[in-house]
Amino acid sequence: MQREMIEARKPPVLSVGFIGWCREKLFATPTNSLVTVAILYGLFSLIPSFIQWAFVDATWAGASSSECSSEGACWAFISSRLDQFIYGFYPQELSWRVDLFFIQLAAVLAWLMIPVLPGKKYSLAYGLIVMPVTSWIILAGGLLGLEPVDTHDWGGLMVTLVLAMYGMLASLPIGVLLALGRRSEMPVVKTFCTVYIELWRGVPLITVLFMASVMLPLFVPEEIVFDKLVRAMIGIVMFQSAYMAEVVRGGLQAIPKGQQEASDSLGMGYWQSMCLVVLPQAIRLVIPGIVNTFIALFKDTSLVLVIGLFDLLSIVQAGLNDPAWLGTSTEGYLFVGFVFWIFCFGMSRYSQSLENNRQEH
Amino acid sequence: MLKALVKLTLPALLVASGGLQANEDGSTLETVKEKGFLSCGVNTGLPGFASPDDKGKWSGMDVDVCRGVAAAVLGNADKVKYIPLTAKERFTALQSGEIDVLSRNTTWTLTRDASLGLNFAGVAYYDGQGFMVSKDLGVTSAKQLDGAAVCIQSGTTTELNLADYFRTNGMKYQPVVFDTSDGTAKGFDSGRCDVLTSDQSQLYALRLRLSKPDKAVVLPEVISKEPLGPLVRQGDDQWFNIVKWSLSAMINAEELKVTSANIDKMKSSTNPSIKRLLGIEGPKGKGMGLNDDWSYQVIKQVGNYGEIFENNVGEGSPLKIERGLNALWSDGGILYAPPFR
Repeated sequence: MQREMIEARKPPVLSVGFIGWCREKLFATPTNSLVTVAILYGLFSLIPSFIQWAFVDATWAGASSSECSSEGACWAFISSRLDQFIYGFYPQELSWRVDLFFIQLAAVLAWLMIPVLPGKKYSLAYGLIVMPVTSWIILAGGLLGLEPVDTHDWGGLMVTLVLAMYGMLASLPIGVLLALGRRSEMPVVKTFCTVYIELWRGVPLITVLFMASVMLPLFVPEEIVFDKLVRAMIGIVMFQSAYMAEVVRGGLQAIPKGQQEASDSLGMGYWQSMCLVVLPQAIRLVIPGIVNTFIALFKDTSLVLVIGLFDLLSIVQAGLNDPAWLGTSTEGYLFVGFVFWIFCFGMSRYSQSLENNRQEH
Repeated sequence: MLKALVKLTLPALLVASGGLQANEDGSTLETVKEKGFLSCGVNTGLPGFASPDDKGKWSGMDVDVCRGVAAAVLGNADKVKYIPLTAKERFTALQSGEIDVLSRNTTWTLTRDASLGLNFAGVAYYDGQGFMVSKDLGVTSAKQLDGAAVCIQSGTTTELNLADYFRTNGMKYQPVVFDTSDGTAKGFDSGRCDVLTSDQSQLYALRLRLSKPDKAVVLPEVISKEPLGPLVRQGDDQWFNIVKWSLSAMINAEELKVTSANIDKMKSSTNPSIKRLLGIEGPKGKGMGLNDDWSYQVIKQVGNYGEIFENNVGEGSPLKIERGLNALWSDGGILYAPPFR
């Protein structure tokens, strides 16, 4: 009789380690193997030629596309126009003001998003109330001895960020109010909010921008010259707050009624119970949805190109039409795609880390 | 209240009855002089006609038309604020008074002239739809294109003109449709079609996007008329005249061989036509409310039509478009401006 434990045998070589992983994940069935081989073949035939084109044969500096080699990418287009892609037509000697705007935005975001930094309440208040005002003063000028810069001269990444920032900052509070309004028991408020949300959700953003740009100037008296950028911004905020409202409403519905009743029984009024009990829980629940909306908004800002505003995408497109740089469209669009990807990927990673944090608690 | 109602029904009225006059009271000339710059609507980017360089400075044919008007009115061609406009916004921007001149490669047609409440102040560039083929095909005329695969941008009048042309000539073709002009160039480059069709000015720009631009050739046939010119609002005849004559000054200057370089020497010319053109004698600027040297400023600061053409789209530019129809009437083209008298 066997008295001692038989020592555990090692698993077969073919089922562990790299080989095992490959067998299990890549070549488990004949179909799997076929797909794997096909994908590997695709990668091997694409990646080296892409690297050859994008790095080895590429031209990094130059004054026109005729100086670029015809074999490789013409990154000279990006490098020679990078300033314009970031600052648009903002006067060069004043571009420090745009930098200041970028720094403020980055600092507030860091303050808000890095968990160990203290004073989250103040950072939120600063971001929601103070930052929009200071940003506008910094960029548009006209106050505090800053030279005024017409929004007409704004462009590039800066306009993309301005539109996204104001869109996000305004659509969140408006969206929360609309969501509360839609769940309200007061018929007028409820009807108004419902109609508003359904109306804006029912039209594409591109038509909203179009109305804002083409029709609005005809409706208002000619003495009032609405700024085109502001018109687009209002359109984006109106549109996005409807979406935000629906996201927040989803969170509100997930909170059990008992929470509200409990706070009622403690003697809290409507706003107290909403702000202190219900909303904090609801918003935390829908953070992924909110970030999703933000990402969509960020990408949607490039639609302003249909009304002739120069955001990042359209300023690159305008550059492509410079006779000196004809034929560099692939490089231009790759660059724009890459910049958008960095921002959106950053946002989505942040929301993931927030979710993970929440699960740990 | 009534006013608000009228404003609300405007878009309908605009289409139906011929538009509104945004600046009914104050003249455009006074407005421009007062604010000190000219607001000019241009394309958001069209090679050779309007595009910003890496310093954000705009250049192109359409841009130079505006610079000419600014030189005539304000004496400084750089006092222009460029408002980039998309095709759909352009007329509203002019109607609503946001811009003073629309110089955005706009084709002069009956509908636009008659029903938008706008006026075309002249023709700055005679464009027309043409064909580009690969040199290897050995084709020399569009009549030899029977059965060809044609790359074309969808949703444009080019598509309709193409169908008309092939039907009239009893030929067949196979359309290969793309949604952007860039796409058509890529399609042509990769050999998906034998022929690329678009406005001729566009064809030259698209040719530069090919991997081997020398291998493609633009055929001589032009199958549609696309006269492009600046527009102003109806009802301000003085402003209309200013734009019209700023353009005429450039064309007359070329005819009289006055250039931005030799204009100061030309001032002492004895030729009465040149004297009248430069405002030394003759009508000068009073009738239009301008300074007497307005035309001198236009030519000195912007150049004559030939110079503008060469710098922006002709031999001096990467596009290398031939003068063709845009040559002076005396050189075999149809460019003809009324005389300064």
